[in-house]
This record gives sequence, C-alpha cells and structure tokens, in this order.
Amino acid sequence: MNVAEILEGKRVCVCCGSGGVGKTTTSAAIALGMAARGAKVAVVTIDPANRLANALGLEQLGNEPRRVSRDRLAVGPIDVKGELWAMMLDPKRTFDELIDRIAPDSGRAEEIKANRVYRELSTAVSGSQELTAIAKLYELDQENEFDLLVLDTPPSRNALEFLDAPGRLNSFLEGRALKAFLRPTGFGVRALGRGALPLLGGLRRITGLDLITDLTVFFQLLGDMTNDFSERAAQVEQLLRADTTAFVLVSSAAREAVDEAIWFGERLASDGLPFAGVIVNRVHHDLLGDREPRELSAALAGTLTPSLAGRVSDNFRDYHVLATRDDHNLSRLATQLDARRLLLVPQLDDDVHDIDGLARVHRYLFASQVDRERLIADLVA
Amino acid sequence: MRALLDKRLLFVTGKGGVGKSTVAIALGLVAARQGLRTIVVELASQERIQGLFSENGEGEQFRELELAPGLFTISIDPQQAMEEYLRVKAGTLGQALGSSRLFQAFAMATPGMRELLSIGKVWELAQLDRRTRGAAPYDLVIVDAPATGHGVGLLRTPKTFADIARVGPIAHQGQAIADTIADPEFTGVIAVATPEEMPVNETLILADELARDELTLDVVIVNALYPARFETGEIAALQDALSKSRSNLARSALRAALSEHARAATQREQRDRLLTRVDGRLVELPYVFAEHLGVAELEVLADALEDAL
Repeated sequence: MNVAEILEGKRVCVCCGSGGVGKTTTSAAIALGMAARGAKVAVVTIDPANRLANALGLEQLGNEPRRVSRDRLAVGPIDVKGELWAMMLDPKRTFDELIDRIAPDSGRAEEIKANRVYRELSTAVSGSQELTAIAKLYELDQENEFDLLVLDTPPSRNALEFLDAPGRLNSFLEGRALKAFLRPTGFGVRALGRGALPLLGGLRRITGLDLITDLTVFFQLLGDMTNDFSERAAQVEQLLRADTTAFVLVSSAAREAVDEAIWFGERLASDGLPFAGVIVNRVHHDLLGDREPRELSAALAGTLTPSLAGRVSDNFRDYHVLATRDDHNLSRLATQLDARRLLLVPQLDDDVHDIDGLARVHRYLFASQVDRERLIADLVA
Repeated sequence: MRALLDKRLLFVTGKGGVGKSTVAIALGLVAARQGLRTIVVELASQERIQGLFSENGEGEQFRELELAPGLFTISIDPQQAMEEYLRVKAGTLGQALGSSRLFQAFAMATPGMRELLSIGKVWELAQLDRRTRGAAPYDLVIVDAPATGHGVGLLRTPKTFADIARVGPIAHQGQAIADTIADPEFTGVIAVATPEEMPVNETLILADELARDELTLDVVIVNALYPARFETGEIAALQDALSKSRSNLARSALRAALSEHARAATQREQRDRLLTRVDGRLVELPYVFAEHLGVAELEVLADALEDAL
C-alpha cells in the first residue's frame, strides 16, 4: 500500500497528529507526490518552517493558494505532471472572511468585527485555528478548483476541538437560547420562566456589567446568524464524512506520538470519520537483525582506532535501543489500528526543508510494496 | 536557576512534541528534592503525568495527587474550575449558576473563558492562603502550559479580560492574576525547545511576544541534545571505513554514526541560534536513549537540571 493508493478517488486528505512529528512536511510531500501524478493539488498548511515555506513559495502570507512555480519544482528529482499549489492559513483573516460571508449585510459584519470581545479574543484562544482551518477547507472544496486538497491540521490535542469544530460552531451559537437569556425583558425570559431572572442577576454580579454588555452584543450579533452557521456546520460535517475524504494520521515512533495516534484513530472510528492510514516518520529501523552487538567490535577492529571504534559501538547500541523502542511502539500501533495501513519513513539525516527533502520523504510514501522493502533493505545492508 | 526555584509560579511552554511535560516533571523532582512542596499542573485535562508514574494511571480525576514525596500533580478541567470558583465566590447562587446548563453553555462559549478559568485555578493553587477550604499551600506551582502560541494566549487572557470588563469581579480577578503573572519575583516563564528549526523559531517568537507583554523568558531549556560523539576531523576516517568494510554490520554501524554526527551538528547550529538570543539562560538536557521514559530517566534529567542550577 502507498499514499497514491490511499488517495485514489479522494478529494480531501486531512493530516492529523501530535506536534513535532513532521505533519507539515508529510502534508507537503503527499501533495507533491499527487501533483507529480498529474493532479491539481492544493496543500493548506498551518505553520511551515521558514525554509520549507520558502521552498513552496510561501514567503508572503496570503490567504489563497498560490501555485508553486515549475522552476521551484524543477530543482527536485521529480517530474511534476500536474500542479502543486500551497497556502499558509491566516486564522484571523479566515475568521473575518467567515463573518463577512455569513453576515446578512456588510454593516452587521463590520459591527461584529469591531466588537471588543470578538477582536480581543476570537483568534487568540485555542480552537480558533482548528475552526478556521476547517472553514477554509470547506470553502476551497466549494470552489471546486482542485482535484485534491491536503490539509495540515494543528497538533492533535487541539484537533479534538478541530473535530468538534462543526459542533462547536453550533453550540457556540446556540444563539436562540443565549439571546433569550441575555434579553432581560424579552420573550425569552418569559419562556425560560422565573429561574432566568436570578440567574441573569447572578451572572451580572459575577462577571461585571461591561463585559456582559460586550458579550451580549457579541452573541446577539452572531446569534442572528445561527441558521446560516448551523447549515454551514452541517455541510462541513458532511464533507468530513464523505467517501471522498481521507483522514491520514501522522506520527513518529515515539511512545507519546503513538499514544496520540491510537487515541486519534479511536476517535475517528467513534465519530464515523474515514480513516485512511498512518504515516510514521523518523523510524529507527532495526539494523542489528539476528546478529550480536559483540560481533561489531570484531568487524570494526583494524579499520578504526580503538577509541573511535568504541564510540561507533556506543552510538550503535544507543541507536539499537531506539530501534527496539520503535519496534515495540509500532507493533502496538499495528495492533490497535490497521496494520496494513502503516507507512514507515525512516529517520533521515537532517530536517526536511526543501523540495529535495520532500522528494526523499515522497519516495517512501509513494513506493510500491516491493520498492519500499528494497529501500529499507538498502538502509540495513 | 536557584532564583528560578525561589519563585512560586513557573510556566513551562514550548512547541508540541518537545518534551514540555517531561521537563515540567523533572523540574518538579528537583524542587521536591530541595524540600519545596511542589505541584505540577496539567491543563486541558490531559492527565498524562500520572501515567508517567504509574502504568495504570488510575486515580481520581482533577484532584491533587501525590506522585512522590513532596511532589503533587493535578489536571485542571475548566468546567470544574468554574464550578469551584462560583461555589467559593457566590455561594448558593454560584452553585445554582454553575449547575445551570444555559450558564455553562454561555461561559464555555465565551472566547477565552476556558483559559481564564484554567489560569484562575493555577493562580489559586499558588496562593499561600488557598481559596479551597482546608487546602495546604504549595511552595512552587509548575504549569505544563499549552504549546507556544496558545501558551502566550493563556498568559495574556487575564489582562485581556480585565481590560474588557473594566469593572466588576471579573475585572478584579483578572487584574489580580495579571499582576501576579507580571511580577518577576513571583512568576517565571521557561521555554522548552528541541534543537530543531521549528521549535527554535517558536522559542524566538515567544521571547519577542513575552517582551511585548513586558514579561521575561527566564530560562530556555534545550531538550534531547545528541551527544557530540565524533569530532569533525574523525568523519573522514568513518567514511573511509564505510567504503572499505565488507561487514554489513560494520557498515550499518558506521552509517548510523555518520547519520548521528550529521544530526548532532545540525542540532548544535540550532542551539547556537538560541544562544545568540538567550545567552546565559540556556540549559541543555541530553537525549535519553531509553525504550521508555520512566521514573529512572526522569531522575537522570532532574540530575542534569539540578547541576545546571
């Protein structure tokens, strides 16, 4: 199995995983590989490393995908038949655009954007990045300009909120109830009964009046748009559940990352979201096999000074500890999730930060089973 | 670093995956060794730290638990923090509010409220005179804070709320917490980074953002630094041996050595980028080659931290 097979017939690929496992790089390598095979692909990334951003032509923060020029791609060893587009998400701007799109008129949109609560808090808090990422994905899907969209998501602790994003939009804007609650003399209070008045008084007492006023306005403004939001949230959910969507988990072989991947896989299953596979980066493959570490000293003797040979052995022993660790974690991952859907990328010598590097990762992701085994064998021999 | 442990509240932040929790707990071990009653706080109900100390990680949720003599942990849940706050602040009325579904929905839907409630609980833990009845005070509270971007947001939330609310209890409480955070005698911020491009970038950005809020980055901890096993002058010998050796095993080992040398060199370039910025406040922690990061490995890291103090 390889990424091309996983993404056969898919229109959306969502890459999830915890921080520091190479999610952004993997997303870019997937997009590059699919573009190489003739598709028009856009990768939406959250926060690429500077040098990777440069390689993809993302120096300027734009909130629309830009095409990665043929010149840039020509540097690498891959012949790209299709088109690779990339964009870096600007959460604040995406949020504003979302308000613009949903507000009944521009006056209302401006009012919301000028509201202090919205301005100060809407993008600073956790969850806003997840929400905007999904909003952008939906928008790009609607525009239907691309064969495939690859989304690099924020780290998985927050991806919990990211998965909840459609639901959160709804609950965030349980506008009717809140509006009723906040309008002391309105129909709502009568509908809620006598209990509401002391609650409201209590709320004001505890929070302070100014904050309540701002919040009231904030919720009222948004609350009026509840129907549009709900409809949109339902459509986003539909997109995430579609047959043409694939969730790809990205992990390293370290214990915490594997724990997260397992947790994430379970979460996808319980939410009925389409799990497509796991890509494990930075794997320390077993180089020792059934040989004994003792044999190494003999094999090195004569070619290196004793001191250098000793350090090479020490290094190899430490490497082997990590290989054993990885092997253990990977079998756990294979048992918990579907073993056939595990794609391993070995620990590379340096951080991936250019098209060449992406091409190296790409080789492992898109290799046929036979080629992959040969690549690993090359590594060991 | 001694001065670091003289503070009462430490925020440990950094990019995801750099070992924040590990460093927070190792720091907790150092503090507990020095006789400080210490608590390590996890936010957003992660509950991972317990798991480091006991495989089953069972136990009551969101309670203060003793991990080792003098070392406690708690995982803060915003909702529970809210109920507790309301109970203490507003008595029966608060209790009624806290159990109102509508009020809960309102509070949790308010942008920033989760952060405010979480940091409010952290603040409470750091008070000598604890709001929670009968609760013993801590000498040191170490917060395993969210990833860098969100971490700064967290530190900023109380001030933002204080500014927006202007008057009333939230403004009061927000200001009190903000003052505490701004007090360098009381509060410290520690950034953890692995010596790689992205974590280093984020740390540099964090330093800027903290400076903008007139907060200081007390210490940067470079985590998981590979040992410098080989001199650059030895690389030619390794390459030569690689080309000549006929043993697969020797070639694997030589390739692993060259690979680690390359990574170690890249790591040191990244560390040096940090050094130029935070000279004198940089602490290095070694890469732990272990199958599982357990108490023994945490003690090793604690030793390294203690030496750096």
